[in-house]
Amino acid sequence: MDEILNKYARTASGSLIPILQEVQKAEGLLTKKSIQEVGQYLDIPVSKIYSIATFYNQFRFKSLGKFHIKICRGTACHIEGSTTILKELEKSLAIKEDETTRDGVFSLEIVSCMGACSLAPVMAINGEYFSHLTTAKIHSIIEEYRNYK
Amino acid sequence: MESVQQTSHKLGLLDLIKGKAEGENMLQECARLRHEFTDKPLIFIGTGTCGRIAGAMTTLDKIEHYLEEKSIDATIIEVGCIGLCSAEPLVDIQLPGKSRLSYKNITSDKVTTILDDTFNNRVTEDYILAQFPNNNLMKWDNVPFINELNFFRKQRRIVLDKCGIIDPENIASYIAHKGYKAFAKTIQHYTSEEVINLISDSGLRGRGGGGYPTAKKWKVAYNTTSNQKYLICNADESDPGSFMDRAVIEGDPHKLIEGMAIAAYAIGANKAIIYIRSEYTLAVKRLTKAIEQAKELGLIGENILDSGTNIFFQIQIGAGAFICGEETALINSIEGKRGSPRPKPPYPAERGLYGKPTVVNNVETLANIRNIINNGPDWFKTIGTENSKGTKVFAISGKTINTGLIEVEMGTSLYDIIYDIGDGIKNEKEIKSIQIGGASGACIAGDNLDIIIDYEELQNSGAMMGSGGMVVMDEDTCMVDVAKFFMQFLSNESCGKCIPCREGTRRMLEILENITRKPKEHNQHESLERFRGVMMLEQLGKVIKETSLCGLGQTAPNPVLSALRLFREEFEEHIYERKCRANVCTQLRTFHIDVDNCNGCTICSRKCPANAIIGSPRKPHFIVPDKCIGCGICYESCKFNAIYTV
Repeated sequence: MDEILNKYARTASGSLIPILQEVQKAEGLLTKKSIQEVGQYLDIPVSKIYSIATFYNQFRFKSLGKFHIKICRGTACHIEGSTTILKELEKSLAIKEDETTRDGVFSLEIVSCMGACSLAPVMAINGEYFSHLTTAKIHSIIEEYRNYK
Repeated sequence: MESVQQTSHKLGLLDLIKGKAEGENMLQECARLRHEFTDKPLIFIGTGTCGRIAGAMTTLDKIEHYLEEKSIDATIIEVGCIGLCSAEPLVDIQLPGKSRLSYKNITSDKVTTILDDTFNNRVTEDYILAQFPNNNLMKWDNVPFINELNFFRKQRRIVLDKCGIIDPENIASYIAHKGYKAFAKTIQHYTSEEVINLISDSGLRGRGGGGYPTAKKWKVAYNTTSNQKYLICNADESDPGSFMDRAVIEGDPHKLIEGMAIAAYAIGANKAIIYIRSEYTLAVKRLTKAIEQAKELGLIGENILDSGTNIFFQIQIGAGAFICGEETALINSIEGKRGSPRPKPPYPAERGLYGKPTVVNNVETLANIRNIINNGPDWFKTIGTENSKGTKVFAISGKTINTGLIEVEMGTSLYDIIYDIGDGIKNEKEIKSIQIGGASGACIAGDNLDIIIDYEELQNSGAMMGSGGMVVMDEDTCMVDVAKFFMQFLSNESCGKCIPCREGTRRMLEILENITRKPKEHNQHESLERFRGVMMLEQLGKVIKETSLCGLGQTAPNPVLSALRLFREEFEEHIYERKCRANVCTQLRTFHIDVDNCNGCTICSRKCPANAIIGSPRKPHFIVPDKCIGCGICYESCKFNAIYTV
């Protein structure tokens, strides 16, 4: 934590977002404690940091599952049926957007567009991409990861 | 420690940029870097993000494995995206003395076949895409040239010309293609005013959407006196369905850096910031590397090419907010604040980042600068239409056969884009509509394809140029659903600062949700709201457009209003007849079983999540209409085509 903070000047307000990004990268999420520390270092009220951190989609306050699923909800994916895919995922994992399963294995995130429009619908699990999804494909992928845990 | 050889190589590159070195050795070295000849086989693989999603990295592993196994001495070069996403992963092979072959859809299982064949001087006809034309190299028989393919024939590539051709991680490769010459020329021979005049003469307009003349922005910033000025490159490309900027940065990052350096010089900024989406990890990696290399050669940084000019580069990673594509919101975000827009004026060119004059330009705009300086404004003026000069990059996706990234001359008709470059609609269906310009854009009817790509013409037809996303929809797409999709996106992304946008987008979304909701859950009040809502939709949209603070709100109703204008009968069907002709709005559809085709296999009744299907084994089943939720799982799982929808 100190290591990250010391890289940045105390006075520059512009360094808040890069600091939060680095903290999240190192710890996986933003905890109350780390936000307080950042606030102390930059002399910014914690409430203000929360107002900024909650504004941006990137910041998380909950830990991710072991397998983090990102599903694309861009226009092309939508037209190719990503709504059905998303519903199917939510049903088979029994979680909603931005939630983590109780056993901590899966978490689900909706992203706006991955830019793989010609392969729509797409999703990514821990950086591994799956394209041209169908409901049947979803089940076998999830099953595979479930057994893999 | 740097070896002497490396240093001299570096000096050679610098001389080349300044136009001094024309020695035989250097020219030959350049030709080698341009792959005009080669001593050993070259294998190019497209490892941009789109290639990776299609599986390029496993293909790459397989190729390495193959070469090692057969102990073949060949060079593998990772390149960016050539644009034809539907053919990814693309693998190109160039044998000594022979022209470069391009193979399509090379997943790892096809690697052995194509390498075996090609190394034995044969072409694998099943997977061949094309060959690259080069007069000095021997042609392959019966292989089409890449520029003769339908996809490339009607394109004119200025911004994307080297994407997929050069090695994005090697500055020498860029310099061999006349790289940084424009910047050297600028810094040595032109004053700031002269550069601005050149760009002004060329008629270049901002490619980010609005189409504001680039030179005008520069001029304001140049004329504002200040001890500190900033140039910001807006690479926060978060419009759904667009990935043009990413491809440019992944495929040809130095082109952007050179354009930025020229722009920074023109306005007198010594800080150039690239604001880029955090999702673009590969683009960030390649850009960081490119900046390091340029810095090492002294092309950016302190006292550039002994001219006394300083330009420092910085990459700022965005934190994921669509609104940050708006320039004032982007500036707030760099300052470490919430990314909500500021009222204009003052414009950023007068008072922007930390209150200093700031120019915010889009990636594609900046990537055009180098060619304008190299070839002169008169050359640029010959391309395009009267008021829209140059080319425009589009990301074409949806229901066309060819999808990917294209660059066309302004003035090209939509028909040419869809039917020549896109090769028509998949499965021989009818085109219904084109959504152009992303979330702020609008729909164009499928029978109105004579419209040409031109800022004014698109505006007149009710659409806008936008960032360049182009989604093609066929008869299976429901326009109400598309309108709802965009409204959902925009109401999520509205920053909440001004009321018309924050509340208005939510109300519009509610109205659209009402008309696509399940009929039987309706009480009278909701039915009343439904009718009333539609009457209000147009009026509400107008108010949001007129009273919102920033571009997001001012354009937010566009997708809905244009769909309503062009496909009114479809909206009315949803409201009065409670049906969706494309069968997309799941809550409005019900399924039925064709008694003649059903053999009672029970798959559907076991899979039905609502337990709506009844029947005993080996006898035709029946769907209870009141229970059916229209999810379509039975339809997908039936192997006997016994389930239909009305």
